[in-house]
Parts: sequence; C-alpha cells; structure tokens
Amino acid sequence: MSELTLMLIRFAYLAILWIFVLSAISVVRSDMFGARIESTPRADRRAERRREKESRNRVKPAKRPRGAPTHVQIVEGANEGESASLDHAPLLIGRGADAAIRLDDDYVSTRHARIASNGDQWFVEDLGSTNGTYIGSHRLTQPTTIQLGSKIRIGKTTLELRK
Amino acid sequence: MSAAIGALRDRAFTHRRRRGAELFLLVLSLVVGVGAYAAVGLGVEGTVPPDIFAYGGWLAALCIGCHVAVRYLAPYADPVLLPVISALNGLGLAIIHRIDLGYEAKGIEIGPFADNQLQWMTLGAVLFVVVLLVVRDHRRLQAFTYTFGFAAIVLLLLPLMPVIGRSINGSRIWIGLGPFSFQPGELAKVMLVLFFAGYLVVHRDALALAGRRFAGIDFPRGRDLGPILAMWLVSLGVLVFQKDLGSSLLFFGLFLVMLYVATERPGWLVVGTVMFLVGAFVANLVVSHVQSRVDSWLHPFAYDPDQGVPQLVSGLYGMAWGGLVGRGLGQGDPTITPLGFSDFIMASIGEELGLTGVMAVLLLYGLIVERALRTALVCRDAFGKLVATGLGVVFALQVFVVVGGVTRLIPLTGLTTPFLSSGGSSLVANWAIIALLLRISDQARRPLPELTEPEQDDATQVVKLS
Repeated sequence: MSELTLMLIRFAYLAILWIFVLSAISVVRSDMFGARIESTPRADRRAERRREKESRNRVKPAKRPRGAPTHVQIVEGANEGESASLDHAPLLIGRGADAAIRLDDDYVSTRHARIASNGDQWFVEDLGSTNGTYIGSHRLTQPTTIQLGSKIRIGKTTLELRK
Repeated sequence: MSAAIGALRDRAFTHRRRRGAELFLLVLSLVVGVGAYAAVGLGVEGTVPPDIFAYGGWLAALCIGCHVAVRYLAPYADPVLLPVISALNGLGLAIIHRIDLGYEAKGIEIGPFADNQLQWMTLGAVLFVVVLLVVRDHRRLQAFTYTFGFAAIVLLLLPLMPVIGRSINGSRIWIGLGPFSFQPGELAKVMLVLFFAGYLVVHRDALALAGRRFAGIDFPRGRDLGPILAMWLVSLGVLVFQKDLGSSLLFFGLFLVMLYVATERPGWLVVGTVMFLVGAFVANLVVSHVQSRVDSWLHPFAYDPDQGVPQLVSGLYGMAWGGLVGRGLGQGDPTITPLGFSDFIMASIGEELGLTGVMAVLLLYGLIVERALRTALVCRDAFGKLVATGLGVVFALQVFVVVGGVTRLIPLTGLTTPFLSSGGSSLVANWAIIALLLRISDQARRPLPELTEPEQDDATQVVKLS
C-alpha cells in the first residue's frame, strides 16, 4: 500500500467524519427553524385516513342480542328524522360540536344528556342541563333505564330508542 | 377568546417527526463506523477486512432495528441522538479493533476486546428497545422515586460484598458472576438521576423558599435537604471507599447541577464549588490514592524506573505525534499507551485521527448534551425536565472528566468515555440513558392533542314554567 493511498484514505475518513458531524448539526438547525405545521394536501389526507382508522378501531362490534335497540331516532323537533347508531355508545346529546347527536334546538344545553349502556340495559343520564331531560312527564334526576320505544324529551326535541 | 387561542396555537412551535432525517443520519453514521473498520484493515494489513460485509451487516441490522423501534414506539423523538451514538459506537469499535490488531502483531496477550464490545453493543441496543417498550410514559417513573434511590444504594454497595465483589486496577467497583463482570455503578448513575429528579420536583419549592439566610445565601431547612443530602453522602462515601474518584466527581457535579436547576439558586454553585475545593484539598493531604493522582498530574515527566513511562505521558506524546490530521488509522502506535482501548481511547483517537478527529468526537458529545438540554427546555413537566437535564449533565461531566484527565487539564480519574471505550456496563447503561432521553423527547415534541372548545354561541334559553 503506497504512502499516497494511505494519505488519501486518512483524509477521506476525516472528511466522512466531518460530513457526518455537519449533517447532524444541519438537522439540528432545521429542527430549530424549520418546524412547520403539516398542512400539505398529502399530509391532510394522511391524517384523515389515520383518524378514520382510529375511529374504526375504536368501534367494538359487540354482538347485541336480538330485539335490542340499535339506534336512536329523533321523532320530533328541528332535527326530526335523523338517527344515530348505538354502536358508538356512550352517546352525548347536546348543542355542542362534540356531541354525537347534535340538536339545533335553542332549549338544549351544549352538553345536555348522555345515553349509555351497562351491557344489557340502556340508560339516559342528564348532564346538569338547563331545561332538564324528561321521560314522559318525569324530569330525570338520576340515570334512568330506557326501553324500546321510550320517548326521551330534550328541549323541544323527542328522541326514541329504535330497533 | 377562542380566536386568540387559535392564533396562539398557530404561532406555537410544532415539531415534525423527522424520522426520515434520522434514517439519513443513521446511514451516514454506518459509513463512519464501517468506514473506520475498513480503514483500519487497509492501514494495518493493506487489505479491506474479509468480514467487512458481515460486520457492516450486523451494525446495520442493529441500527435499523433501533430505528424501527423508535419509529413505532417514540415517533416524535429527537432525530439526532440515535445516529450520533451509533457513529460514536462504531468509531469506538473500530479503534478497539485496531488496538487488538496492534497487540496481536506485538504478541501481547490481552484481548481481543472488539468482539466483546460488539456483543455488549448488541445487548445495549436490545436494552434500548426494551426501555422504549417498557417505559411508555416517563412520568410514571416518578412514582418509583424512592425505589430508585434504594436501588442505587444497593447497586453501589454490591461491589463491597465479599463473594461477588471484585477489585480490578485498584478500584473495587466490579461484581463478578461466573465469567461476566459488571460495574453496577453505571446503572446506579441512571437511578440516582431519577431519584434526584423525583425528589427535587416535590421539594424544590420548600428548598428554594423556606429556610434562613446566612452570608448572602439562602440555606434550606434540614428536613427538606436532609434525605437528599444523606443519599448523596452515602453514594459519595461508598465511592471514596471503593477508590472510584471519577464517579464520585461525577455524582457530586450531578447533584449540584440538579439542585441548581431545580431551585434556580446560583448560590448552590458557590457553596458546592467551595465544598469541592475544600474536599479536594483535604483529600490531597490525607488520601494516598488521591495524592498519587495529583502528583502525576503536576509532575507527569518525573521518571520512575520501576514504572517506566507514565501512561499519561505516553498518551500526550501519542496525541502530539498525531498532530492536526493524525497518523491515519492503523498507521500510529497506540498500543504503547496502557489501556489505550478504554480509559485512554481519546489519546488513541488523537494519535490516529489527530486534532481534527478529536474535535469531531467532542462535537458529537456536545450534540448529545445539547439535545438533552433542548429536550429539557421543550418538555412540559418538571420531572421530565430534571431527568433530561440530569442525563445530559452526566454525559457532559463524564466527557469532561475523562478527556480533561487524558489531556492533563485536570488530574486523571478513571471514567469511561461514553460509547467509545471498551467496557460493557458503561456501554449498556449509556444506551439505556439515550432510550430514556428519546422517550422524554418523544413526549415533549409530540403536538398537543386537539382540544375542541365548546362553542360559545348564544346561551341556552330557559323554558318558562307557567
């Protein structure tokens, strides 16, 4: 091995070492100044897909016994005709953006009531709403069981458990 | 109000994941590691080593394995740390291999160390993944504050136990189990950081505010400082008893810096420095072990016919011979310096890669410390901040103590050069430290979850009851 080759190898290796150090520093630099909020169409689509997957993963397709309610139907009020599946229980009912059943009803609170199940029975629970939640003429003070066909009155809206 | 919050969130710093950048740097780091191995082969034997593909493949497999683990377990973690340690580890392996070849050529029967080091590196990488896997949220570790403190003491005491304790090179800091020997102090280091951080998070207000003022410095109450002071004294005492000066220096500095960071009182640094100077002066007068270290620091060229050329001097001459660009890998003679593969590996690097190479290595250490402190700044919880600072300071102090010792800036005390020098316990513990840092930085850099604010539009109308 000639003297010249060895010298070349020596300098080449030092160059490699410094290229590594400098590129590490440049990554640090871009980390400091180059932080961007990912809002390219591609990133948006990716995020959308991720959210979809997550929501799909969260759904537990639990086998419900025959004859059990599967959805909540709005039978009276501004949103009449709409329905929500009980698969995503517990369901939040209200006027807020995070409610699963969103009602355009001025007499409904932002987070008004909740429909939840303990496995074989369905409950409705008032979440401290302004105008209260009624079953028939009875204003709820504690979580109450509901059956198929029970009419839940919230503001000017009536909901019903359907098969 | 919601608009203001939205604007604030838009202006807030959002970190990207940077996993692609990490992969790019990892490939470069492999070039550094495998390139050094090839250059050693070319320099010593004139040919590229025949097992370069197997060796390179193994290193690549380790790196890619760690990278994939980070991708899945800590996707927002810092992109620079893993490549930097992979480069340092690869370079260290090549230098150790080079010294093995040197010993072989001279017929000195020690080693080979490189194979051993590669096994430990593999173990370190496995531990790295395990730590990422087990510690899913670093804040959970705060619950085990006192457990870590107790474990640290036990680990420090283990080498003093009669059966398993072993004394190598005058320091009783090893435990031996069959053919394996291990330095429990290296793991104790990590646990002490966790203990200090957990304790200081809870007590820092009391430490900083309650207490009386004396000589311009606020001294905290004994009941606040007591446990941690006792803990620190025990660990320090054990180390002095084991004649492990480097580690005691490291623990002292670590304790001081974490106390300063937690309480924001610069007075601690003054008190600590004074205590250190007094302690060092007394130790120099009383402890013969310390005395000899200081003597060989002040008068390195005093020739003792029984000892031959002192290690320190031969290391210094090696670095001087290396000069600015070094002799070239395989062209120097680092085997002259005793322990050129462990304590004095910086001298070996200085000899073969010169000042240019040493500067690159020091910058890499600087990057590790910088990333640790950056993580501490970004981190949202106080415990994480303190742990990241402590781990960064461990690296900084360790490199300072060992490189300062080798270059005769301070008296030489035995500490391993992180990731470079031959020594399994230190290597494995350092990989675990980096995994912890990555876990914290993953938590810190992860964007805040989207909080949907309840709509603040018109209030609910009240039904009039007649």
